Amino acid sequence: MSKMRYSRRSILKSGAAVAAASALPAPMIWAQEIKNITLRQFGTGVSNLNEVGQKVKEELGFTLEMTALDSDSVTQRAATQPDSFDIADIEYWICKKVWPTGNLQAMDTTKIKNYDKIVGIFKDGKLTPESVVAQGTAPNTVGFVEGPGSTAFAKEQTQWMTLIPTIYNADTLGIRPDLIGRPIESWAELLNPEFKGKASILDISSIGIMDMAMVCEASGKIKYGDKGNMTRAEIDQTIAIFTEAKKAGQFRAFWKSFDESVNLMASGEVVIQSMWSPAVTAVKSRGIPCVFQPLKEGYRAWGGGLGLSKSLTGMQLDAAYEYINWYLSGWVGAFLMRQGYYSAVPATSKDFMTPNEWGYWFEGKPAAEDIADPFGKVMAKAGESRDGGSFYERMGHVACWNSVMDENQYMVRKWNEFIAS
Amino acid sequence: MAVSRNLQGWLLAAPLTAVLAGFLVLPILTIFIVSFWQATEFSIIPAFSLENYQFLLTSPVTYQVFFKTFVYAALVWGLTLGIGFTVAYYLAFHIRSEATRMVLFLLCTIPFLTSNIIRMISWIPFLGRNGLANQALMSLGIVDAPVEWLLYSDFSVVLAFVHLNTLFMITPIFNTMMRIDRSLVEAARDNGASGRQILTHVIIPLSKPGIMIGTIFVLALVMGDFITVRFMSGSQSANVGRLISNDIALLQYPSASATSIVLLAVVLLIIGALMRFVNIRKEL
Repeated sequence: MSKMRYSRRSILKSGAAVAAASALPAPMIWAQEIKNITLRQFGTGVSNLNEVGQKVKEELGFTLEMTALDSDSVTQRAATQPDSFDIADIEYWICKKVWPTGNLQAMDTTKIKNYDKIVGIFKDGKLTPESVVAQGTAPNTVGFVEGPGSTAFAKEQTQWMTLIPTIYNADTLGIRPDLIGRPIESWAELLNPEFKGKASILDISSIGIMDMAMVCEASGKIKYGDKGNMTRAEIDQTIAIFTEAKKAGQFRAFWKSFDESVNLMASGEVVIQSMWSPAVTAVKSRGIPCVFQPLKEGYRAWGGGLGLSKSLTGMQLDAAYEYINWYLSGWVGAFLMRQGYYSAVPATSKDFMTPNEWGYWFEGKPAAEDIADPFGKVMAKAGESRDGGSFYERMGHVACWNSVMDENQYMVRKWNEFIAS
Repeated sequence: MAVSRNLQGWLLAAPLTAVLAGFLVLPILTIFIVSFWQATEFSIIPAFSLENYQFLLTSPVTYQVFFKTFVYAALVWGLTLGIGFTVAYYLAFHIRSEATRMVLFLLCTIPFLTSNIIRMISWIPFLGRNGLANQALMSLGIVDAPVEWLLYSDFSVVLAFVHLNTLFMITPIFNTMMRIDRSLVEAARDNGASGRQILTHVIIPLSKPGIMIGTIFVLALVMGDFITVRFMSGSQSANVGRLISNDIALLQYPSASATSIVLLAVVLLIIGALMRFVNIRKEL
């Protein structure tokens, strides 16, 4: 059992103190040291929230320092500076890139209390027993390694997990229903000449190429072996189709940051574009209609998790496990689900949400009363229901996961050509 | 005595030399060295390889992007020179009162009280499809539908560049013009020169050092920029700076270094060529 089980608070809680005193020679010394522990976490802005840091201080007693970076910088730091962090909050495709450097250590699943309740997507890859694993870097394909020191991914579930899943979501196109005025059902609409000069795609090559692939496949122009791992010929064809569209003036702009996508949509410069769920929410919160449109070809999904630096040992490592167990115990999950993401252990988050919130965010039911985000801002009025429906409805229609391809460098070069063309 | 004066000279120059060596020469040397290294997706490997340069110099994208960079630089240079010269001329020769002149000059610098990113971004809502410019044009009946090329186009990129960089032209030209001996203008006028002749035979030749300094500022700023191009073109066009920033984002430091070295060489060549026309130091 971990020494960290006996946090100062629990020790002060009457009976536990006796047990602690007998189990540990000097519990109060540990209690003091816990306060001195600082874990340095870095990751993308999505889950690096100060609220989480504060809650950790309150509930676990140690300090969690968070740094938010963009995904390229995150990859870079995880790959090159293992001593600069204790916990890496990274996406699964980043894990595929970074894990071989040996800078992260595998986690013992027997120490993860809610391991059994983690959604199947992150274990055997299947949401429900009938599900088919989607293309791309599906989390289960990079979720496990054979042993503690292994740098190669395991094909099956093992006792050693690379990342503990934290949040994930299914992305699709965002649209302005008021400016389009008709139903949009397919990814192919992004290149519809009807939206000439009013479309946009994101300028982050690894994600943008997937959205492109969804479009090309939907319009029947290309049939991919695996959209998440294209051949050079497939990359060439995909980029050629989009270069042609770009030259024809299909795109108003490309966006690289969250804010840019919100502004493009809110100002009406763009009526259809690749988008992220919270960006749609941000547009809506300005009173402008915006829909995160479910499309018949399915979603492009992404997922992130917490990885431990290989330099974590002893007390620090125990604290990190403590933190991860707390992360999965529900409070954070509920916090994130109220922003439209999903928690890896939805079952525990349910206790931290009202039935109305749970119904709206997870079950896809119409809101019984107004839905507010964790900061109190109204996200949906009573009677509205979530775009795309329930958790199973959305995560069950994932066509492809964000990924990193074998031909990544070639793809990046082609992407640069596309931007420069 | 001579030795100690020599020593004194060295000592006086030492602090600046140290600063420049540490913060300019050393980093550039590092970039130069790294440009021969190799990189995988997540690490860089010390090596001596010409692959980065080979790829750079054989890729059509490089030429396209350099061409675009030159086009931006040339357009911006022409426009800032035209505006900068006119403004400086007006301030130096038309305004008679010293106080008014200083007030007007300070007016020119007011936009610089905010960050240049903010000044640039503020164009976006102004020029947008539903922005102020289009609303004004439509309500005046000049156009029926919003003008699309105002934003996210080469037009908006050049506009922002000119807005950001004109002061760098005004200041040095104004400065040299203020040193022009007014009796030269009077002498020209007494000898029967027309206004145009005074401008082309007296003022422009004597303002050359200022023009040259402004040119160097503007060229260096425009050719090294990436953020203006990214924001104002809506990421749709690329100059060399964006190529470098993309490489950095993708951890391709060696390739970014190689591009930087080529860019540096090109800019130095241009400035070197310009220096042959005008001796700046003589005029400072």
